[in-house]
Amino acid sequence: MAKFKKKTKADTNIPTSALPDIIFMLLFFFMVTTVLREQDLLVEQKIPQATQLQKLQKKSLISYLFLGKPKNTSLYGVEPRIQANDVLINTSDILQWVNQEKDALSEAERDQITISLKADRDVKMGPVSDIQFELREADARKLMYATVGKVEE
Amino acid sequence: MAKKKIRTSQEVNAGSMADIAFLLLIFFLVTTTIASDKGILNILPPKQDPNQPPPEVELNERNIFNILINANDQLLIEGEFRTTTEGLTEEIKTFILNFGNPDEDNLALFNSLPASLRAMAERSPESSDYPGSGGAVVSIKTNRGTSYEIYLEVLDLVKRAYFEIYGERVGLTADEYRALTGQTAAEKELIDRGKENIPMAISIAEPDKTGS
Repeated sequence: MAKFKKKTKADTNIPTSALPDIIFMLLFFFMVTTVLREQDLLVEQKIPQATQLQKLQKKSLISYLFLGKPKNTSLYGVEPRIQANDVLINTSDILQWVNQEKDALSEAERDQITISLKADRDVKMGPVSDIQFELREADARKLMYATVGKVEE
Repeated sequence: MAKKKIRTSQEVNAGSMADIAFLLLIFFLVTTTIASDKGILNILPPKQDPNQPPPEVELNERNIFNILINANDQLLIEGEFRTTTEGLTEEIKTFILNFGNPDEDNLALFNSLPASLRAMAERSPESSDYPGSGGAVVSIKTNRGTSYEIYLEVLDLVKRAYFEIYGERVGLTADEYRALTGQTAAEKELIDRGKENIPMAISIAEPDKTGS
């Protein structure tokens, strides 16, 4: 009987000594890009899509207003509500809120305040225009409709 | 002679390092929200003085590109009923670039345009007089019941028409033009040259209260 020669096996082990380095690299990437959620959202947020996005340079000048249907419908109802910081506010409170936000900025930057309106896509124009009216009253006229990029076909 | 000490291995076991890093990685993956400070910028008009009625601006009907959106998200564009926004950007571009009745400044503007835009510019007397200030205005009017989504879609298309014109003037695409930050002098110059004498005249009217 012919004897089969035993095949010399190649070393099949993948060197994993560089794995921690790769993982660390990913880790640092996410650590740097991450923004820990500052606030709990009390309203639904499905941000609409658009193509002509512009990016704002100075983040410190941006204040956020959230608009959408409350998540806790048994407590707040189903009509769209406005959230500023951590609470739901009424349209009439916007003026005061804008002034608070303006106070947090330095004197020179006060009139450059930008409001980023993060409105749910199911919201109607009624509440949006109410907000716009209040912002005009508060003299915070730079408004940004927060949108996410749309992939063009 | 002293005995050689038996040395224990000095290496730290690094095999579990990857696991620890993985755990942290997963934590940051879950908690991360990549900041998206992007959107469509809109400058609101200054607030109205209740004692002073808004100044009457006399604009010729031909200088206004009317877009009406009703509570059922149906569009009325220049008096024509539509259900989709298809082709709106092109229409607005031809509207803006129409030189129906240009004055001297705008004739100079016409001559400064690149050939590709000049080819688009028509001289129809029924459309807008000129792109410069006091000329073409795009007006968007919604109803309180109009959905936010369709409003943004229309505003997006109007902005796109302007950005495509601006970009083409300086030899960039609309995307490249929008990405300009204006932080360096060269970029600022490009931005200014793009929009020089063609103001982004988008008028957003107060929504109707009826029918919502």
